[in-house]
Amino acid sequence: MLAIFLRIPPGDLLDGMRSEAAIDAVLVTAKTSAIANLLILLVGTPAAYLIATRRFAGRALVITLIELPLVLPPAVAGIGLLAAFGRFGLLGDQLTALGLSIPFTQIAVVLAVTFVASPFYLRAAIAAFEAVDPNLPAAARTLGASPARTFFRVALPLAGGGLGAGWALSFARGIGEFGATIMFAGSLQGVTQTLSLAIYEQFDVRFELALAIGAELAVVSAAILLVVKLLPSWTRSPSGSTTLFAPSRST
Amino acid sequence: MDTLAVRLDHPLRSFALHVELEVGRETLALVGPSGAGKSSVLRAIAGLLRPDAGRIALGPDVWLDTAPETGRRISLPPERRSVGLVFQEYALFPHLTVEANVGFGGRARVGELLERFHISELARARPGELSGGERQRVALARALARDPAVLLLDEPLSALDAHTKGTVRAELGELLRDLGLPTVLVTHDFEDAAALADRVGVIVDGQILQLGRSAELLAAPASGFVASFTGANLLPGSARPGRDGLTEIVLDHGVTAYSTAAGEGRVGLAVYPWEIALSREAPADSTLNHVTGAVTSLVSLGNRVRVRVGPLTAELTTGSVERLDLREGELVVASFKATATRLVPL
Repeated sequence: MLAIFLRIPPGDLLDGMRSEAAIDAVLVTAKTSAIANLLILLVGTPAAYLIATRRFAGRALVITLIELPLVLPPAVAGIGLLAAFGRFGLLGDQLTALGLSIPFTQIAVVLAVTFVASPFYLRAAIAAFEAVDPNLPAAARTLGASPARTFFRVALPLAGGGLGAGWALSFARGIGEFGATIMFAGSLQGVTQTLSLAIYEQFDVRFELALAIGAELAVVSAAILLVVKLLPSWTRSPSGSTTLFAPSRST
Repeated sequence: MDTLAVRLDHPLRSFALHVELEVGRETLALVGPSGAGKSSVLRAIAGLLRPDAGRIALGPDVWLDTAPETGRRISLPPERRSVGLVFQEYALFPHLTVEANVGFGGRARVGELLERFHISELARARPGELSGGERQRVALARALARDPAVLLLDEPLSALDAHTKGTVRAELGELLRDLGLPTVLVTHDFEDAAALADRVGVIVDGQILQLGRSAELLAAPASGFVASFTGANLLPGSARPGRDGLTEIVLDHGVTAYSTAAGEGRVGLAVYPWEIALSREAPADSTLNHVTGAVTSLVSLGNRVRVRVGPLTAELTTGSVERLDLREGELVVASFKATATRLVPL
């Protein structure tokens, strides 16, 4: 880590960060990352809640499929996405008919990031919702709350710590995404070239620039770690029973 | 007045739950060992468990009907049933303050309820900071905030230590009488059930063995299980008609006992600990039954002492135990009248 910041003078580092390639990469990363994370949170949270609280046939299979990208080499993910969404891919004809071409666009970046990063969030979210004492949502229902109100007022806040930690990991994995993106989306500056891809592109052209971009990513990663550590701790403590045997308060 | 009518059939892990109950403006306790299906009855009434078959109605409002005449299965979700359910460990929301917990079901009466349950000064505290007794009061206040028509209590006293339990039980009994709601409470403790409920049902393996006022259960237990569950000594033996119209029971451990109750063949002789007198020698009085044995244990319960003599447990006042100077290992005679015995099928 230190080597990144000490290898060249800070002035050169800042100049590198102000270069067009670096700014383009920041914008592409910010946009694709934001969309991918929004997708992961908005679709992943209710999906994780349903998987955690319902028992249905094929549940184990669904969880295995969700976890598959974790063990899949990124290159395989990239070639798989191409095979699915490429012009001659599985869905190629349908997409062409709709006038859509996905590979080498920002949509491809979003898909690649979502594919490799979402399992980190989903796994943590399922575990977080499973850890909520099932009597608490049940109590909310007997107190007149609809399933939706129960989710927002009880399940979501109680799982909050686990969700936040899972999301931070998934976000970190997403901005670091390299293999699947370069195969499926390419590395076009200003279009699909994210920060990670820009480091690779620049390191044998302008090493100082690659270092500068690396420094930016390092700062973001450190910030994420800090957020995870500072998440309110009460949301992660088991609910209710921990202080059951505490001495009575004398009033 | 609306009566809660419950009929349930539901398979549980190792037995089938089959329960029929009518609860008017009274407290009915279901008492039985853990795993007897008691909590499942409450969860089914609250709508948290969908039974295979059954009907649950409060007066004219049908909450559940698996085979109605109209043909369409009725099963209202929990939020549309007017129940207040107090969970076994209270299930307070750990992320909300006491005030927000109580107000979760309805804001209108929060202040009044906090006042009534003496928890106003805890309004800003979170459940993790409360003692067992305080949690129980918060749970009751929360359950009542929605103005339920039926109150359900799952082991309301089991999460409390012995010291707080007595006070809380008295307060709870008073509250239940004041509320006058159809109330079903489940407990594994017959004493709690007898203290809190107007009627008690003994439930084992999903079946109600006997349902009645606690005094009725004590006076005429329907089975060996009910007798021992209500606290009686249960001595197995063989009964046959004896002299003077009494029943003669040859107990399995050898002694012959007499009972005014009728019975024949394999029976259990039930006698409550407080019907048994202890003495150094067989007394020359009207008691017919004498069992000689060594004192194996003396357990003090406030102003009473439970003394274990051979197969029997006797309950004596602390004063009597001191006067007899009872110690472990000493031989004593346990005596009880033939009129104090019940015979139950085994």
